[in-house]
Amino acid sequence: MKKLFITLLVSLVFIACDSDDDNNTPADVAVNLKFSQNFNELQVTALNLSTTTYVNEMNQELNITRLRYLLSRLVLTNSNGETFSLSPYHLVDISRPETLTLNTNVTIPEGDYNLSFVYGFNEEDNQDGAYNDLNAVSWNWPQMLGGGYHFLQMDGQYNVNTEPAPYNFHNGTARVSEGVFEQNFVNFNLPNTLSISEGNTININMDIAEWFRNPNTWDLNVYNTPLMPNYDAQKLMQQNAATVFSASVE
Amino acid sequence: MGRKLFFDPILSGNGTQACADCHRPQNAFSDPRQFSLGIDGIPGFRNSMPLQNLAWNFSQKFNWDGSAPSLEDQIFEPVTNPIEMNNTWPQAEASLKNHSEYPQLFKEAFNGATIDSILVTKAIAQFLRTLISGNSRFDRHLLGENILTPQELNGINVFMSEELGDCFHCHGNPFNPLWTDNTFHNNGLDASFTDLGLGNVSGDPRDNGKFRAPSLRNLAYTAPYMHDGRFATLDEVINHYSEGLVFSETIDPLMKSVAQGGVQLSEEDKAALKAFLLSLSDPEFINNPDFQNPN
Repeated sequence: MKKLFITLLVSLVFIACDSDDDNNTPADVAVNLKFSQNFNELQVTALNLSTTTYVNEMNQELNITRLRYLLSRLVLTNSNGETFSLSPYHLVDISRPETLTLNTNVTIPEGDYNLSFVYGFNEEDNQDGAYNDLNAVSWNWPQMLGGGYHFLQMDGQYNVNTEPAPYNFHNGTARVSEGVFEQNFVNFNLPNTLSISEGNTININMDIAEWFRNPNTWDLNVYNTPLMPNYDAQKLMQQNAATVFSASVE
Repeated sequence: MGRKLFFDPILSGNGTQACADCHRPQNAFSDPRQFSLGIDGIPGFRNSMPLQNLAWNFSQKFNWDGSAPSLEDQIFEPVTNPIEMNNTWPQAEASLKNHSEYPQLFKEAFNGATIDSILVTKAIAQFLRTLISGNSRFDRHLLGENILTPQELNGINVFMSEELGDCFHCHGNPFNPLWTDNTFHNNGLDASFTDLGLGNVSGDPRDNGKFRAPSLRNLAYTAPYMHDGRFATLDEVINHYSEGLVFSETIDPLMKSVAQGGVQLSEEDKAALKAFLLSLSDPEFINNPDFQNPN
């Protein structure tokens, strides 16, 4: 028994020494995330809320007074297929600066990664009332529409320079008919490689203009409000979600 | 001790007014008068807010306009406000120090510390945090009791339907039974503002005319309604959202039907919505002996 123990101890020392001596082992670095938004060439921040006019694909002039969105299952994957879970979910509220950064407390070896996440919640995660912090900010999606949570809330006025009228671009589970619902989340596996080293931040960006153009050109005169119970509007949003997010290392 | 202070006129300039005079237990700690009167009979300019479930105001912005960054800060203000208690804190502290009971009570509550304004606000704030309401008929419905009428159940549908009441975006939902989002909205009351609300605090014109969404809990006891108490009845409030909306630049886009004056509820939907709203009343809360005057 004693002999076995000594053998084990010696092996451990060897392994430890081996590890220490290997200069090729990448250093562990903390993963920090940042969230930004743009509308074509314009950055969109809290300072722009309500005041800046944006022009969508249909040349409709709009402003944005509220913008909140939910991403979940944020994961980094390296070339060996190892995964590092960064956060189960994160709600971005452009009016609350503290939500625009996320220091994950996750450390990963320096190197190349791909980022994946879910826009909104997938079916397994999108449970009624399951997240107290999201309940407290009234992020819930009505049970009559399938329940769970909002994925996106973007509110503002359109036709701002002619006859301003409100739009409520809210996305979540789609109701096909009474009691029949269709999932509406989007899985993102961003194709670009993120090379992460000490001091880097991963920036996840939303190009808001994409909500209004790709692949469906959005007409605010047709789809403005209420959109939550509107099946077609909910599915058009899901289709347009596919190109709004990108990530880069800063 | 916080409760004793809350119900004691000792903090006011002439010893005639307690917090509870404008925050009455029977009114869910609000004031049935449109504007409360201070010690010199001068009216304020906003309706007194109810006090309940305050520990869950995570944004930590209190008052209609968010001017107090904590409950303790909120308590500091009325004591010295010239049209409210019109006192000075040194004077209030002196009155407490000369009282037959308070010096001992403070010593026990705060581990021997001397009486000062900070401790007074801490004691009252702790009492206010105990004012928890969670036993309305709707709360019991959420706990699985089959007690709501068909009309009340229709009412929650009106409340939760984006194409009907669409109340839930600002006023909570069954998973947020605070029945407020504790944030600030211009809900289409006026075309121009005599009271800037949040805008007066932030200095940002985009906040003009915005006020904190009040909780709908216990609203059977909290009339009149709105920041200026302009609506005497719940019917007037519902009619406002149904037909009375007025456009202004900072109006919340959630006031979606402003061009038509509101969401145009049918009389049946209005009655159902009202029935649901009244199911948020918690008589046990306003009658709780732990929340009454101990003096």
